[in-house]
Amino acid sequence: MFENLQKRLTETVNRLRGRGRLSEENIREALREVRIALLEADVALPVVQALIERVKGRAVGQEVLQSLTPGQTLVKIVHDELVAVMGARNEELNLNCPAPAVVLMAGLQGSGKTTTSGKLAKLLMERRRKRVMLVSCDVYRPAAIKQLETVAGQVGAEFHPSTPEQRPLDIARGALDAARRQLIDVLIVDTAGRLAIDQAMMAEVAELNTALKPIETLFVVDSMTGQDAANTAKAFAEALPLTGVILTKTDGDARGGAALSVRYLTGRPIKFLGAGEKLDALEPFHPDRVASRILGMGDVLSLIEDVTRKADQDKMEKLAAKVVSGKKFDLNDMREQLLQMQNMGGMASMIDKLPGMPKLGDVNAMGAMGDRELRKMVAIINSMTPKERRSPDLLNGSRKARVARGSGTHPSDINKLLKQHMMMEKMMKKLSSGGIKGMLRALKGGMGGMGGGMPPGGFRR
Amino acid sequence: MFKWFRKDKGAPPAIEAPPPPAAMAEPSSALPEAATGVDAAIAAAADSLAPAHRPAVEPAPMPAPTPVVGTVLSAIAAPAAETERVPALFAGEEALAPEPPKPRSLRERLAASARALTASVGNLFRRNPKLDEDLLEELETALIQADVGVTASSELVEQLRVRMKKREFADANALLAALRAQLTGLVAPHARPLRIPPTPRPFVILTVGVNGAGKTTTIGKLAMRYRQAGLAVMLAAGDTFRAAAVEQLKTWGERNQVQVIAQGSGADSASVIYDALQAASARGVDVLIADTAGRLHTQGHLMQELAKVKRVLAKIDPSAPHETLLVIDGGTGQNALNQARQFHQAVGLTGIAVTKLDGTAKGGMVFALCREMKLPIRFIGVGEKREDLREFVAADFVDALLPRELGQA
Repeated sequence: MFENLQKRLTETVNRLRGRGRLSEENIREALREVRIALLEADVALPVVQALIERVKGRAVGQEVLQSLTPGQTLVKIVHDELVAVMGARNEELNLNCPAPAVVLMAGLQGSGKTTTSGKLAKLLMERRRKRVMLVSCDVYRPAAIKQLETVAGQVGAEFHPSTPEQRPLDIARGALDAARRQLIDVLIVDTAGRLAIDQAMMAEVAELNTALKPIETLFVVDSMTGQDAANTAKAFAEALPLTGVILTKTDGDARGGAALSVRYLTGRPIKFLGAGEKLDALEPFHPDRVASRILGMGDVLSLIEDVTRKADQDKMEKLAAKVVSGKKFDLNDMREQLLQMQNMGGMASMIDKLPGMPKLGDVNAMGAMGDRELRKMVAIINSMTPKERRSPDLLNGSRKARVARGSGTHPSDINKLLKQHMMMEKMMKKLSSGGIKGMLRALKGGMGGMGGGMPPGGFRR
Repeated sequence: MFKWFRKDKGAPPAIEAPPPPAAMAEPSSALPEAATGVDAAIAAAADSLAPAHRPAVEPAPMPAPTPVVGTVLSAIAAPAAETERVPALFAGEEALAPEPPKPRSLRERLAASARALTASVGNLFRRNPKLDEDLLEELETALIQADVGVTASSELVEQLRVRMKKREFADANALLAALRAQLTGLVAPHARPLRIPPTPRPFVILTVGVNGAGKTTTIGKLAMRYRQAGLAVMLAAGDTFRAAAVEQLKTWGERNQVQVIAQGSGADSASVIYDALQAASARGVDVLIADTAGRLHTQGHLMQELAKVKRVLAKIDPSAPHETLLVIDGGTGQNALNQARQFHQAVGLTGIAVTKLDGTAKGGMVFALCREMKLPIRFIGVGEKREDLREFVAADFVDALLPRELGQA
């Protein structure tokens, strides 16, 4: 199956190497690949076509950046466009209105409205300190009201009871009254799933919307949705004044092209991602992450973000300066890096963000092993004298035996570490430019040697 | 837009369909509105984006895309306005008779699914009946929009292209007939409905699928179906995870007088289903249908839980479950294949049910499922009523996706 757009594109535009400029001619084939990639990620066809036009418009005549291949340049443009379409930044839930602020949830059957209502309630209570009430207007599906009641109990939100005999509109009005009386900050109204072509049902939800005047009308959409996302999003956007979108079930392996379609066709921001079975698994939406995922590039940007945020900037820069000035990369530096990697959540969380990595259970096992490895390596370096750390060449057989005893490892482990150090040193030497980006690359090289789980060079190029 | 759907080529349009002018007027009047709706959305999007990509392009922020999206989307949107007309055209499940007012037939319910495809294909042939590259390209577009998938669509169209170059087709109609035959050929071998054999008893059906695919609803409909066929049915409330899932199944059972075996929420799913199988054997039940919690196919531990359910069942009856049915949301895109693969790997599927095909979703991923998984497609769900679960019939499915005859309005 399709693994990595960047890899494929690089192959397609390989023969562009040496040319300094992208032209309509030489990117045609590459754009075809982009089109296929987007379609395979379930971006709706009309949206794909529009995007390709935009990318073409931007790419033609573009200089190829010195540090990038033409393929990479193109991928960057596509990526930038995707991010641009999806909105540059995360948009928060707007609750600026007299209490109770009403949030209406709408969407197809099985898109995850009820679960998401519960998650949203929890998030608002915990992070924004709101008093939240939940009410279900789903009088159709058996036990839907009971489901919301249970969820409300689980997250500790108020619940306004309703029965299947009531009319949704009456339920909503009753809940609004109750919310006012009980000084509730936010009233989340769950509705029945409905098909966009079911005119009676669409009229019903529109009526609810008119009566409740919600400050947020959220469209809940399954991230696994295919081309139909276009029809559905459009129909809901026409029937309701949507203010935002919640994308659910993003913890699966769908590429989530629906996010792009819905964003593009409704013009409304995606505000949250549902990413797990637990009731706290609702995350703010980051356009760039999803863009990378759609392109099959993994969560590289989040990784960069993580590295820049958590890694100790000072130390990194010192090291970078050292590398640039051509000084040696010694075991002290390696130790710093290992510690920083641990700091970033260890191998498991880093591997999770890399493209082309399996997302299944075995990753955890592998990651855990990697983390153990990390600790062991730090222990080994800790058992060395400062002199040994500065010049690893000193380590002869007897020194190695001593270090092994000190760190509770085997001399063979020491050899392994030294070999990895050598590889990292080589990488460092290759770095012509320092800075965070360079460091990141080096880090990756280090990991490649260490974990043994990553394909050599399976990343970035 | 469907008036040519079932119509004989030579027959006067008025016999089977609403008068063409009216039918035609509808979509075309809907076009501008739909188009403006999209345009507005795009304009809104473009506004917020303009700075980001102004440098590269000419004056207007979005020169080409607007018309493209406009036309394609209006093709999608237009038929919605025609919903009212559909029943008259699609009535009659088997019969081709002009006006048998048998409401909610398969074809009618599938009509929605067929809309985008037929609409765009229809437009295409009305506009441009020439056999050329454009025609093939637009057919490919139509297939992709039906979620058939890029690779499959390209292959199908490539085959048509080869045959077209050999001058095999007299006109666009012939080409479409060939495509239809190809599509039918792909799914027909896999259209094997689930019929309950006389033995073993109880016949155990285990339903699995991702969250919100429609498992519980499908079980309800299945129970009804077998009960009406005179079989004693029992349900096992194996979804012990989701809030009120047990209640949902119980409500279903009460309404339809079907026994439901349940433990509390949070119980072990395998244990509930094991109990249910014991009860079913003791009470001489014919069909036991077991519900399971929705789970994403990427979650290893949850998939192992399913494997455990299967193992535990085998302790009582080594041949159970006799059917492991994957329920897939008809709106799912290319991820459907991943779902099928992973579930198959974990529990060994024996059949697939595709739900929610009464909306605008076209269910084209069925072709991909057939191509790769080679599993029987058992049922399709085309509505919320009990009787809206149909056996999957290849010809009907393809018929609903592709028109047999082309309108020459």
